[in-house]
Amino acid sequence: MMASSYNAKEEDGHHSGSSTHGGTGAPKNKKPDNTAFKQQRLPAWQPILTAGTVLPAFFVIGLMFIPIGIGLYVTSNNIKEYEVDYTGVEPNSPCYDCANNFTWNSTTPCVCTVTFTLTQPFESNVYMYYGLSNFYQNHRRYVKSRDDSQLNGVQSSLTNPSKECEPYRTNPETKQPIAPCGAIANSLFNDTLELYYSQPDGNTSKVTLVKTGIAWYTDKHVKFRNPGNDKDNLTERFKGTAKPVNWLKPVYELDPSDSENNGFINEDFIVWMRTAALPTFRKLYRIIQKKPDSTPTLASGKYVLKITYNYPVRSFDGRKRMILSTISWMGGKNPFLGIAYITVGSICFFLGVVLLIIHHKYDTRSNSADIPN
Amino acid sequence: LVCTRKRSLEERRVKANDREHNEKFQYANNCIVTSKYNILTFLPVNLFEQFQEVANTYFLFLLILQLIPQISSLSWFTTIVPLALVLSITAVKDATDDYFRHKSDNQVNNRQSQVLIRGSLQNEKWMNVKVGDIIKLENNQFVAADLLLLSSTEPHGLCYIETAELDGETNMKVRQSVSVTAELGDPNNLASFDGEVVCEPPNNKLDRFCGTLYWREKKYPLTNQNMLLRGCVLRNTEACYGLVIFAGPDTKLMQNSGRTKFKRTSIDRLMNTLVLWIFGFLVCMGVILAVGNAVWEREVGSLFQSYLPWDPPVDNFMFSAFLSFWSYIIILNTVVPISLYVSVEVIRLGHSYFINWDRQMFCSRCNTAAESRTTTLNEELGQVEYIFSDKTGTLTQNIMTFNKCSINGQTYGEVTDPLGKQPKRLDFTPFNPLANPDFCFYDEKLLESVKVGDLHTHEFFRLLSLCHTVMSEEKSEGELVYKAQSPDEGALVTAARNFGFVFRSRTPGTITTTEMGRTVTYSLLAILDFNNIRKRMSVIVRNPEGRICLYCKGADTVLLERLHPCNQELMSITSDHLNEYGADGLRTLALAYRELSEDEWEAWSESHRCADKATDCREDRLAAAYDKIEQDMKLLGATAIEDKLQEGVPETIALLSLANIKIWVLTGDKQETAVNIGYSCKMLTDDMTEVFIIGGHTVQSVRQELRSAVVCRLQNTAGSFRKMRQKLLYISGEFALIISGHSLAHALEADMEAEFVSTACACKAVICCRVTPLQKAQVVELIKKHKKAVTLAIGDGANDVSMIKSAHIGVGISGQEGIQAVLASDYSFAQFRFLQRLLLVHGRWSYLRMCRFLCYFFYKNFAFTMVHFWFGFFCGFSAQTVYDQFFITLYNIVYTSLPVLAMGVFDQDVPDHRSLEYPKLYEPGQLNLLFNKKEFFICITQGIYTSVVLFFVPYAVLSDATQSNGVPLADYQTFAVTTATALVIVVSVQIALDTGFWTVFNHMFVWGSVGSYFTIMFALHSQTLFRIFPNQFRFIGSAQNTLLQPVVWLTIALATAVCVVPVLAFRFLKLDLKPQLSDTLVRQKRRKPGGRSIGGAWRGTGSVSEGRLGARGGSRRSGYAFSHQEGFGELITSGKNMRLSSLALANFASKHSSSWIETLRRKKTNHTPPIKSVSCFSGVCFSLIILRSAL
Repeated sequence: MMASSYNAKEEDGHHSGSSTHGGTGAPKNKKPDNTAFKQQRLPAWQPILTAGTVLPAFFVIGLMFIPIGIGLYVTSNNIKEYEVDYTGVEPNSPCYDCANNFTWNSTTPCVCTVTFTLTQPFESNVYMYYGLSNFYQNHRRYVKSRDDSQLNGVQSSLTNPSKECEPYRTNPETKQPIAPCGAIANSLFNDTLELYYSQPDGNTSKVTLVKTGIAWYTDKHVKFRNPGNDKDNLTERFKGTAKPVNWLKPVYELDPSDSENNGFINEDFIVWMRTAALPTFRKLYRIIQKKPDSTPTLASGKYVLKITYNYPVRSFDGRKRMILSTISWMGGKNPFLGIAYITVGSICFFLGVVLLIIHHKYDTRSNSADIPN
Repeated sequence: LVCTRKRSLEERRVKANDREHNEKFQYANNCIVTSKYNILTFLPVNLFEQFQEVANTYFLFLLILQLIPQISSLSWFTTIVPLALVLSITAVKDATDDYFRHKSDNQVNNRQSQVLIRGSLQNEKWMNVKVGDIIKLENNQFVAADLLLLSSTEPHGLCYIETAELDGETNMKVRQSVSVTAELGDPNNLASFDGEVVCEPPNNKLDRFCGTLYWREKKYPLTNQNMLLRGCVLRNTEACYGLVIFAGPDTKLMQNSGRTKFKRTSIDRLMNTLVLWIFGFLVCMGVILAVGNAVWEREVGSLFQSYLPWDPPVDNFMFSAFLSFWSYIIILNTVVPISLYVSVEVIRLGHSYFINWDRQMFCSRCNTAAESRTTTLNEELGQVEYIFSDKTGTLTQNIMTFNKCSINGQTYGEVTDPLGKQPKRLDFTPFNPLANPDFCFYDEKLLESVKVGDLHTHEFFRLLSLCHTVMSEEKSEGELVYKAQSPDEGALVTAARNFGFVFRSRTPGTITTTEMGRTVTYSLLAILDFNNIRKRMSVIVRNPEGRICLYCKGADTVLLERLHPCNQELMSITSDHLNEYGADGLRTLALAYRELSEDEWEAWSESHRCADKATDCREDRLAAAYDKIEQDMKLLGATAIEDKLQEGVPETIALLSLANIKIWVLTGDKQETAVNIGYSCKMLTDDMTEVFIIGGHTVQSVRQELRSAVVCRLQNTAGSFRKMRQKLLYISGEFALIISGHSLAHALEADMEAEFVSTACACKAVICCRVTPLQKAQVVELIKKHKKAVTLAIGDGANDVSMIKSAHIGVGISGQEGIQAVLASDYSFAQFRFLQRLLLVHGRWSYLRMCRFLCYFFYKNFAFTMVHFWFGFFCGFSAQTVYDQFFITLYNIVYTSLPVLAMGVFDQDVPDHRSLEYPKLYEPGQLNLLFNKKEFFICITQGIYTSVVLFFVPYAVLSDATQSNGVPLADYQTFAVTTATALVIVVSVQIALDTGFWTVFNHMFVWGSVGSYFTIMFALHSQTLFRIFPNQFRFIGSAQNTLLQPVVWLTIALATAVCVVPVLAFRFLKLDLKPQLSDTLVRQKRRKPGGRSIGGAWRGTGSVSEGRLGARGGSRRSGYAFSHQEGFGELITSGKNMRLSSLALANFASKHSSSWIETLRRKKTNHTPPIKSVSCFSGVCFSLIILRSAL
């Protein structure tokens, strides 16, 4: 930013004005334009923080937040939620054996059952979630370890996945590209949860779990697409690729029963691929549709959760949960929001009162104050 | 060759008309290049220069870090887009600057000059002129290179130059060639000239040249008197020939135009410190997170390996932590965003334009608008504490007008009309066809007195028309142009001219005047010239009747004691008049005459001749001879000349001192003149308790004077409790200090400077007189060093350049003297009074805006960045970002840049007229209240608080929340969109709170930014972009999925409220309990829309009534008030310059003399103690002070 102070033009800049013989036309009037912009006289609104504006604002915020908070809190309290931890940490828990005897290459799945009782009936649609704790889906290396191009069905990426997928890019033995590649896909949650209702008469009936409609519409229909031609067999379309290392079955066998839910567009897979923001998270697993008649979707009583225990979490102190929840207009159970609104609203109101008192006590002076000169 | 080169470093050898010989030395040719780039070198050189900026290199370093996949936590474009933007903006600016430099270089290099080649004159471009060429210059042409004058068309090889472009002095200077070459008149003789010049190597000393001409086996010494320097203009000389000695970059002009010191504002320095602190903070955060990473990888990550193995080169947690440190440095680097520097520059540029556009700083008389020549100092204008002002041309117009006179005890010129009617200007034309129409006088009585034929009045004006050294030129009959050496003399002779005593012409021995229409020729017998010791000048003339008369004018102090005793009564009346005039701040002269008999004249003439011929102590002998004849004179009267102040100077000074700005006047003028101006511009008032005058010549005396001033001040403060109330009105007591140059030299010595500063800063006004340009700069440096205050220097002449350059802010007055001061200045305008608007309005606003801008800028970046820090604790310290990479890229350059820029450019707290009415509004800037380390900590605390809220509120809400269709909201993308939206809304609300002045632009930018955020987000999350680049636009659908959820909006509203409510409460409390003056004013405006009545109060105090001034006037009556120099009298009597006067002098008359430096220099070389008068005057004052303090 150094500049030479010498400017050759200036060498005669002054002279041209003062020389007597250089009278070429009338000198240009250099008076600046009289515009509001240039003279900094633009019309403007000058808001001032006065007692007349600030104090009402506090009261208005307070009066708005408290009712909203109460509404939220009541809504949240009406939502029913039930949570079962089936990790199997304690020796007396039903899944203790499965959790402890787990090996990656065991061929026979370990099954355990957890019994629990719902004291209240669950109305309307009930949503079933699996929850994981201490699972870092938001780790930078984990988050980036995917190839959205491949998941979008781009053929070239299918056979040549992005480098971001390393070390889950190609199968170390066959050297075939992995589809879907990357650490996220590789660690797909693969426990199977089934729910049985123990009727009071002693019979058990299986609760119907709907496995579609659990992913974002855009994910299901835009972001994830199977590669290749729709007419071809899905197996054909994934030919030449290897399954992820941890998977028991290849991607085209995720849901052989429903071609609209198989391959990359399998919703369980899509839900897993939408990584969580925090190390403790829940993901939507199944939906229990409300019954056409007016009976509750899940009546109160005993239930049996049958778990096919495939997913090891004990090595990193993880926890696995199954959550059943109803839903309101504002989503699931969320007491924090209501309490926070009530708190903030009250604080605002209180602040408003305090400031009003302070203002009345001290403002007399500044009202009548002369401006010091 | 090596030998010759080495020698050329020590001396320069130039042989005339011998290009081959001169080429051996490889001297620079006359082509100048001020441009930095050409088309090919622009890109590499400019980039190289830009990457020398620490900030740019830092961002380049980050960019390189990002290319390492193990480290890269962001895409490469998050850094490269802002960096490229910044680099290209700067590059465009540099390119335009350089383009104009190229243009002006070309224009100058292609100027034509006539070069003598092989005996004939040929036209050559300037750039082809070589050292050793002989070139011909014609009248009014620029000198192409530094030339040795060989011959000219004028007698004695004289030629006249104007050096305004070189040193700012507009008076003409005489140059004379060496007598042997002066005879080489025509080109043919010159073509065969083969002299060799040996001289010093190129240097930047404008007033010195040392060399020798070897020609025909003889040596001739060369001095600066023989040189014509590049940048000068030839005047009043038909043509001259010169030998090129230095060309192009070697010329003194170019040697003087070195790189200027790049000035930085105090905000800049503070900002740099803060940025360093932030870097430290950044590293700390990096270390904390890296340690966290190490712990996490050891405790959790190693167990999590089955799902998330380490990247190949990483094999242990320490290495992972090391990489994580760099990753965090990358993602947290936005605490110091690159856009900070660019935004600051843009805001300053905007403020500079506002200064350039201000109509109220436009001088219509000289058609000059204010100009901000540097765009980097604006906010410093709002922090000025000390102003150093030049006097002549800055405070005063350097125009002298004949204002009053006292003739034979009768005073004229006082037009008192109780009704305050505009007095009528006298019309002289019917009475005197030769009158100057520009002359203004209002008192009819004087004209009557002339018409009636009052003998005293006639004699008075006769004296004025005869006793001077003015030259006249009569282009056509009756059209007279006077060329006076000092404007005072011009004013006196013009006054005489209008009152019927017209000075027509002079020869060495005669003066021709037209007295009341009758042409009279006096024979001029002697000129007893002025000098600083004599403080008077006389002429002895013989009128046509043969009567010999001595006319004398001079300082009353010296003249009154030389009167004939019979003048006692008249003397006391005139003395009273002189006191009155002095009290009005006028420059006074007393006039007297004496008739000489033929014998007296003969006798004196003989002794004079004797003294004149003396070889030793000629000066003293002459002075003694003069003294002998200037006795027993009869008093005629006195004149009073007004040194016209610039418009509005007293008001401006009053206003600025109310704004707590201390004004020091540094002038080369004499003490009396300076004090006079001090009074007339109300810097010094009669209300002042004490005016200390320091005039000692030795270290001891100066020290003693300073000490007694301190003692005196203490006594006064302690003794007068009654005055305490009064004191509160003034800013720093009612003392003034006047110090002269030679005392200042001692006061500036290392062991005394602290004492001097403490004394001087306790005074309300400080006047330094008789200071050299160097001392001006030293005084400025002294204050900079001891007071840590922002200084501003204002001046108009070349003598102010050093001071302008060394002050924090330099202001040049344009359109008066040369443009040197303007070229060196940071701001320039035409009138001193514009200073109040520059400081109190523009400076204050700039400071306010810059401070608000910086506070907000740091806040918003901390709020933005620190979210990553908190997120680090939840993502395994893996340097995962919270936001989408596009959001990170665009946040600083799109979403939040314009509202804060609009605030930085347009914000106002109080309107401009208010800041002028209440100068106290300026104080926050001087005290650095609006942006300092404390304010900075408040901002970043607020930013960190906001980041905590922005992370933990969504965290708490979203971790369990689901959409209304049961899908959990806790996925990463939803979290990112929620946090980002909340952030944009919170910072927008914050800028809305910070903006105090909502113009249409603010509305546009604030709403536009929020709008653009949503538009861009929806576009980036659209299917179209995802289909093209699936791996870059992963957030497809996030915007609509997230923003349709009521919970998300409830979260955002909650976060906003939690962020804003405390801020609002604090601001309200601050405003309510500790309102600033500006806050009160803004509120006042609400209550009383037209409440200007209070504001006028200061004006009353500002204009001290004229009557009171007379009370103590006697002590400061001006002595001989001429800014005068000796030496011309001799030139006149010798007749050497007579051709000059008959030649075209058109330009000369209008120029002002400012060559007092020359006088000073000559004094120094003569080894006479400089300015004895001042010392004795101050000695008296000093004893007075002691007396007073003793009482």
